[in-house]
Formats: sequence, structure tokens, C-alpha cells
Amino acid sequence: MPDVQALVNDFLNKLKKRKIEGSQATSRQTAELLRSVISQQRVPYNNQAGALIDAVKAVGEQLIAANPVELAVGNIVRRVLHIIREEDLSLTTAAMAGLNLSAVSDDEDDEERDDLPVLSAAVVAAAARSTLRPPSLQTLLEDMPDTAAIPHTSSSGGDSEGKSKSADKSSRSRKLKHDVIEAVNELIQDITTCHEQIAEQAVEHIHQNEVILTLGSSRTVLEFLCAAKEKKRSFRVFVAEGAPRYQGHLLAKELVARGLQTTLITDSAVFAMISRVNMVIVGAHAVMANGGVIAPVGLNMVALAAQKHAVPFVVLAGSHKLCPLYPHNPEVLLNELRSPSELLDFGEFSDCLDFRSVTGSPLLHVVNPTFDYVPPKLVSLFITDTGGHNPSYMYRLIADYYSADDLVVKRRTTSGN
Amino acid sequence: MIPPPRHASAPLSPLRRDTVPVGSYNASDFMPATSPTAATSSSDDVAWVGRGGRAGAASSSFPGGGFDMPAASSVPASGLTTVSVVNLPPGLSEKAGVAAELQNDRTTHSKPLKEKTTKAERRALQEAQRAAKAAAKAEGGKAPPASSGAVSSANAKSAKAAKPSSQKNDNVTVAASEKKGSDRPPEKDRKKDVPQPRMQYDDKSRVEKAKKRAVVKQTEARNRVELFRHLPQYEHGTQLPDLESKFFQLDPMHPAVYKVGLQYLSGDLCGGNARCIAMLLAFQEVIKDYSTPPEKTLVRDLTAKIGSYVSFLIECRPLSISMGNAIRFLKNRIAKLPLTFSESEAKATLHSDIDRFINEKIILADKVIVKHAVTKIRDGDVLLTYGSSSAVEMILLHAHELGKQFRVVVVDSRPKLEGKLLLRRLVGKGISCTYTHMNAVSYIMHEVTRVFLGASSVLSNGTVYSRVGTACVAMVAHAFHVPVLVCCEAYKFHERVQLDSICSNELGDPDAISKVGGRGEINFLDGCANSENLQLLNLIYDATPSDYVSMIITDYGMGKQGSIADKYEYIMYGKLYKIQEEGSGADIKAELLISFGGLLMSLKGNPDYIAEFQLDQKYFLCMRKLV
Repeated sequence: MPDVQALVNDFLNKLKKRKIEGSQATSRQTAELLRSVISQQRVPYNNQAGALIDAVKAVGEQLIAANPVELAVGNIVRRVLHIIREEDLSLTTAAMAGLNLSAVSDDEDDEERDDLPVLSAAVVAAAARSTLRPPSLQTLLEDMPDTAAIPHTSSSGGDSEGKSKSADKSSRSRKLKHDVIEAVNELIQDITTCHEQIAEQAVEHIHQNEVILTLGSSRTVLEFLCAAKEKKRSFRVFVAEGAPRYQGHLLAKELVARGLQTTLITDSAVFAMISRVNMVIVGAHAVMANGGVIAPVGLNMVALAAQKHAVPFVVLAGSHKLCPLYPHNPEVLLNELRSPSELLDFGEFSDCLDFRSVTGSPLLHVVNPTFDYVPPKLVSLFITDTGGHNPSYMYRLIADYYSADDLVVKRRTTSGN
Repeated sequence: MIPPPRHASAPLSPLRRDTVPVGSYNASDFMPATSPTAATSSSDDVAWVGRGGRAGAASSSFPGGGFDMPAASSVPASGLTTVSVVNLPPGLSEKAGVAAELQNDRTTHSKPLKEKTTKAERRALQEAQRAAKAAAKAEGGKAPPASSGAVSSANAKSAKAAKPSSQKNDNVTVAASEKKGSDRPPEKDRKKDVPQPRMQYDDKSRVEKAKKRAVVKQTEARNRVELFRHLPQYEHGTQLPDLESKFFQLDPMHPAVYKVGLQYLSGDLCGGNARCIAMLLAFQEVIKDYSTPPEKTLVRDLTAKIGSYVSFLIECRPLSISMGNAIRFLKNRIAKLPLTFSESEAKATLHSDIDRFINEKIILADKVIVKHAVTKIRDGDVLLTYGSSSAVEMILLHAHELGKQFRVVVVDSRPKLEGKLLLRRLVGKGISCTYTHMNAVSYIMHEVTRVFLGASSVLSNGTVYSRVGTACVAMVAHAFHVPVLVCCEAYKFHERVQLDSICSNELGDPDAISKVGGRGEINFLDGCANSENLQLLNLIYDATPSDYVSMIITDYGMGKQGSIADKYEYIMYGKLYKIQEEGSGADIKAELLISFGGLLMSLKGNPDYIAEFQLDQKYFLCMRKLV
């Protein structure tokens, strides 16, 4: 246990000091940390799932509090909680089915997944899940083959169902932890490969001679554009530099290195240029449940300009950026103010900083926010690793990834502590 | 009480369109009324003669602009043999009757000499001059920015005048010319209004010609942006040393002009008003030192000289629209100099004309703007401004002097970061300021109550042509329902129209994009500046659509702001909740039911008239006592 606590503290420190850049890295590290928390957690004889959930929640809460603006942390904590619940559910249902249908054998029979009892267990699990879960496109689709008695496993933790044949209590407790860790590994895998999965869809969205505008830099966008380039599409890209960090320069450099026609413009020229642009493709910091986007600063302006000129505004986001919360006043509450030194040189304005008004408050303020909120009506399309989605579809997608309990319970525990 | 529905809807619609708190000023309604008249009255001197009351009123609304009646109507006859011949006949009038009247007028005033020259002779002379000008133009191939050029260009462009002049001369009879004299001018009038097509830099042959004449040797930038081939883009920093070395060879260039040109080139002098004033002062120097060469007339020689200086200045940096207007004014004044004036008299007149232009059109205009705009600042306001506009700065400082309590948000953007300078000056004066960058504008817009913007020019379709980024700020303000006030002196208005920021713009130094000033750590692009895939685009201006602008504050007042509400005694706001039909057949009546906060109104009328009314639309009911 102590080494886990050390790991947690280390990660907390990093989060607090904003040492981790980008939501992908954050979410991957969060998932890895939670994996070790789960593996270290001693499970009691009964209600192991409850114990695991409590442990994850305890850590998750600290993580979320460490950087409330980095929504990916919360997302991953909820995803892991959801995984535990799912695994527990499928294990219980499988156990119940196994009891009824006279279990065939022990753990050794893992290979024989296509056995009849396994099938029925899966059916029961799916049925149980679909009753517990709000309806979504995914559950609708996965119910169909199940009832048709075709061996099929759902994406999240489905593989475990085959293994859960034993009704033996002791092996079941090991099993749960093992399955959960498996599923978390899968989640980590998903997070690391989400760029590729998004990039695969590039050719479906970018046509020949397209003019694309983007602002700042995002790895997802870079890979998306490069994927289209590799498929022999030729198009040009306008890159707005994205003050105050000027990451656009970096993106422009990368794109040029990959042989794309790139034009670097200032942020202020976005409105002037957008009338000649076919599509705006940007990355996101987080996608909220209402389809709104927490995006790097400046994108609200770009989205407004795109709307004015009827240019599609496409947001690329891995599913780990999908946040089940509804934003309230996100411009302020989900924002972070960075150092003024990015805008004004302290030395240059040191004399002005001394001026004080009668009230005693300084005359000069510098505002340097990190994020912008783009309301859902300005977004034309989300491209996630599971495909393209309309902003209004986001809440359904969320139903697939998160359990409704965690949203509420999370809150309650947070407020309780 | 059933007013004719058309009538009712007419005053309603402008209010319905826009619910910005300041008022429902729609720039496009306002623009055509002022700017084209401004342009006409400045471009062709006697245009107002035939226009009657309306144009007279328009010109009177431009006080002291130098369009004074006596000077124009009593052009001495001897002037007819020179340039003013070209200008006068077009100006005669639209109607033959007025022309005849003017003709009489002129005969009484003019010298005997004039009576001797028949119309045919005058016409021949005029054609010859025109041909000479056209030839000169073809030779030059440059884009003359001002009015003297407008005549020749109108000539070259108009389908009618495209006929070879000799052919015209053939069928000239007294009668024909009589007829033409009365019906051609209006057309030419209109032609002259059409702005000169600007130099398009993707036209290779013309660029080559221009290069041959150019004083400033500029190297074309590499990696130009495809979309902006039509704009000049030069490598920065190459011209200055070249020009410096040429200092002693540039024989015809006046040092004052040269100095201003260098200042433009190096970017020491920027801002519409500053550039314009500097140019006019330089021309004042030129005129002071000018002496007419033998065998030449002051009017023509000086115009040509100014023209060559202007093209030098254009080479240094493309003219702003305000400068174009100022040059047009100056050339106009030169062309209208009475030939009876001696050289010193003429020079003194021009000198004072320029002084007056600077004082009235720029300095006083700014004061008037400040006076108007300050009324729009209330205690507790948070005012946002973008970049650095001299007019806005004056407004803010004046409001501060008046003791108004407000806060200023300065939004800035690369590459110029002019906002920093403004910020420093405002903070120095003790105004509480917030500084932020372009991208954060939608973050800061929540707390802003007014947006004040400067403009480089206001075009006649209401488009505000200004520092790049202004459109973004105006757009975000519009999205957040914050009123946008644009401050612009009337001399910056132009009759041109523009829909986007691409057709006409100015390109700045592309290297300014790749280097972030003061931030050494951002040097991602150091290595790949020469890559042919990378283009750097440094736009200087952009065009803000008029629907983002709530009000334009000029020296002649503040748009049409509040005008609708001012005319009425009581205004109600309500919603159309029901449309029903009554009767049948021929006497079918439509009934509109509108609820004004519970006070219901029923309007009955012919269904044909209510097509524009739709359910759930919001309406204003404006009431006024007629007696």
C-alpha cells in the first residue's frame, strides 16, 4: 500500500504543478495509476466490487481536486469505476447463469469460450446491462446479435465473460480484480491509439484541394492531416498561430516537414481568411455532455467566424476527452489563467505596475486564459475514435462510457468530504 | 384604427432587425447617404450645380471642405483652355435647360476670348488633351490614385469613350456637340465616381512596367500566398539601404517627401491620421519650395509633380484610403486654382488649403468625434478597444478627464502589438486597464459593456476597413450582444465597396510572423523559413461587415443612432401571437393579434399586406402625436 500512496502523491504533485501537458498524457497516466491502485487493493471476501470502487473513488477524488480543470482525470476515474461495475455485473450474472446451468469446468477451460453456458451467460449479462443502462445506439446494436444467439462480446470488458464460469468464491474475487485490470489495460490501449483511430477517418472528411484552417497545435489534428496527406490527398492548411503560446508555429513546422502546403497566419487574420476556407479542424481539451467543447483559447472566435461563413467546424477528440458533466459557466469555472508574462514582459512594464488607483488596487490587469468554451450550436461535427458524431448525440455516447451512478455518487462523496 | 399595413411595417422593420441596446443603427442605411456624396463633391468640383437642392444640402453638410460655390461657378473663361476644360463640361448638368442657363451665366461673366472659341473647337481641344493623357497613361501604366487620373481612366474605361477619339472628331458638328454637351456629362460624372481600379500585382506586364519606373528597388518575397498574388509583397529591409545610397541621385524627389517615404518604409510612421498628416505637411513643403519651370503652367506641372511624389510614397507603402482622399483633395484644389493667380498667390492658397484640411478634416474632426463619443461612456462601463486607434485613445482620455469612472480592456494582437503602447499611455494617465490578447476576446467579452474601435476607412456598403483583427473583435462583441462603436473621421469614408478582406488588402512583412518579439523561446520556425511549403501571411487590414457595427461615430454625428426612438413619444415591444382570417371571397380580411405585455392589439387588413408578418415575431409599436 505505501508504494501506491507514494505513486498517488507523486502524481498529485505533478497535477497540481501542471507538469503534465495534454489530456492524453494525463488520462493515460491516470489510468495507469488507477490500475496499480486496483492491483494493490486488498479485496475482502464479499462485496469486492464495492471495495474496489471505494478505493478508486478515494484516489480519484484527490486527483480531481488536484487539477479540477483537467477534466480528463475525472473522466478516466469514472471510466474505471464504470469498468468495475460492469465487470462485477457480468461476473454476478455469469455466476447466476453458471449456477443454473451447471458449470462445465474450472478456470482452465478458458479456451472453450464458445460453450453453450457461456453464451447464455453473455446473453444474461447483456440483458442485465441493457436493463440497467440508459438506452444507447450501442446497446441497441449489441442486443440484436445476443438475442440471435451469436457469440458476441461488448467492447467494454466483454472478454471477461467467457472466463467467468466458476462460481467458486475465492477464484471469483481474483477474477474480478484480474478482469478489471484487463479492462483498464484495454482502456489505456484505447487512449494511446486514439490518434490513429481518429486519423483513419481523415480521408472520409478531407477531399482534394480542400482548404483547412486550424488554430494552435494539437497532436490529433496533426496526425489527422498527415493521414490524409499520406493517402495522396493534396490540400492546403492555414494555421493560426494561437497566441500566447504560438503552438501554431510548431504545427506549421511539422506540417511543412511532412510536405503539406501550409500558410501561417496571425490569430487576428482568422476572420479575414475564413471566407476562403472549406473546413475548420481543431482539437479539444474536453467535450462536455451537452456537446459543448472546452477548447484552447481562441477557438470560440474561430467557431463564430466559421458559423458566419457557413464553414464546417470539426472537433477531433478522443473518447477520453468525453466528459459526462454539463457545463455551467464554463468560461470561468472550467478555465485557468496563465502567467501574464506570456503577454507582457514584466521588465518592460515594471514601471506601470507601480501605478495604483485611489482604491489601492493595481491599475493594470493582464488576463491570459487557457481555454475557451465553444457552445454546441457552433460545432458541426465531432470526430472521436468511435466515429463521427453530432453534438446533440454526445449525451448518448456518454451513456456508453459512464455509469450514471458515478456522476451522482462522485458528487455526493466530493461534497461529503 | 387600422393603418395601412405597409405603412406600419416600414418604421417597424429597422427596429426589429437589431436589438443592440445602444440603438438600431444599421450602417448600410446610413452609408450610401453620406459617403458617395462626400466623394462626388470632392472629386468633381462643379457636380453640385446641376443637382439642385439635395446635393446642395449634402455639400453644405461638409463644412469648409473647399467646395465653396463662388469659386466653382465663376471659373474664369481662360481656364477653359487648360485642364479645367476637361472638368467643366462634364460638370455642366444633367438637364439641357440648366446647361443653357449656365451657358448664359458664363457668357455674361467671361471674357470675349471665350466667345470666339466655338464648342467644336473646344471639343477638339478637349479630345486632343484626352488623347494625350491616355497616351501618357498607357506609357506610364501606373495606377494614378487621384482625380486627374480619374478623368483619363473614365475615358479609357467607358465603352463610349473607348472609341478612338479621331472617329469622334469626324462626326463632331456643332449640333452634335451641342447635344452631347447636354447629355454626355452626366454619364461621365458617374464614370468619374467609379473608383480607379487599383494596380493588380498578378498582372505581370504592368508590374514589369511599374518596376522600371520604380525609385525604390524592392525584391519580391519568396513563397507568396496564392490567394494574395494580386497584392504587392516585398522582402522587408532590402529597400532601405538601397534608398539611402540613392539619396543624392534622387534628383527630383523633394527631401520632405523623401523623409516621409522613408518613415513609411521603416514603419516609424503608422496610423491613418499620422500618415496622412505627415504626407500633407510634406506636400506643403513641396509647394513652398516649388517654382514653376519656364514654359509650363503651375497647375499642370505641380499636379504632375505631386503625382510622381505620390507614386514614390506608394512604392514605400501602399496608400491608405484616407491618404487617397487627401491627395484627391489636394489635386482638386490645384486644378481649381484660378489662372489669374500669380505663383505666390497660388502657393499661399494651397498652403492654407492644406492647413485647413488638416485642421478641419482631421484635428477638429477628432475633437467632434470625441465630443460625441464621450456621451456614450457612462460610469461603471467596461470599454474594450483593439490595437491602438488615435481617435479611441482621445475618447478614453477625455472621458477620464471628465471624471467618468470606467475600465478599459485593451485587446492586442501580433505582430504589431500596438496595444502595448496604448496600454502604457492609458495606465500612465491613471486609467484602470486590463490587457489581453486576441484569442481571449471571447473570455473577456462577458464583462464588457461597449466596444470602441478605430477604422482605417468606412466603405460605402458600410464595411469597416480597419486593422486586421477588428472584424474578429466586432464579431465576438456582436455574438455577446455588446454594442460596437466605430470611430472614424469623415475624410476616411470612401465610395468603394468591398465584401471580403482578400480582394484589397495590404501585406506586411512576412518575417514578422515567424519571429515572436520578446519571446526568444518561440523559434520553431527558425529552420524552415526557406521551405517552399511554408508561407507566412501578414495581413494588415480586414473588412468588418456592417451588421457587426452598432454605430459609426463621425464628425458629422453618430450614424442614425436612436433616430427611430427619438421621433416617437411612446414605444412598445410585443409579440405577434395569432394571425387569423375573417370573411371570405373578395372581402377576406386578415387579422393580426399582437400582445404588448398583455395589452392586445388587433390589426385588420388586406391579406396581401401581411406577408411579412409571422407568428412569434417580436414587434415594436412606435406611437407619435401627429397634431
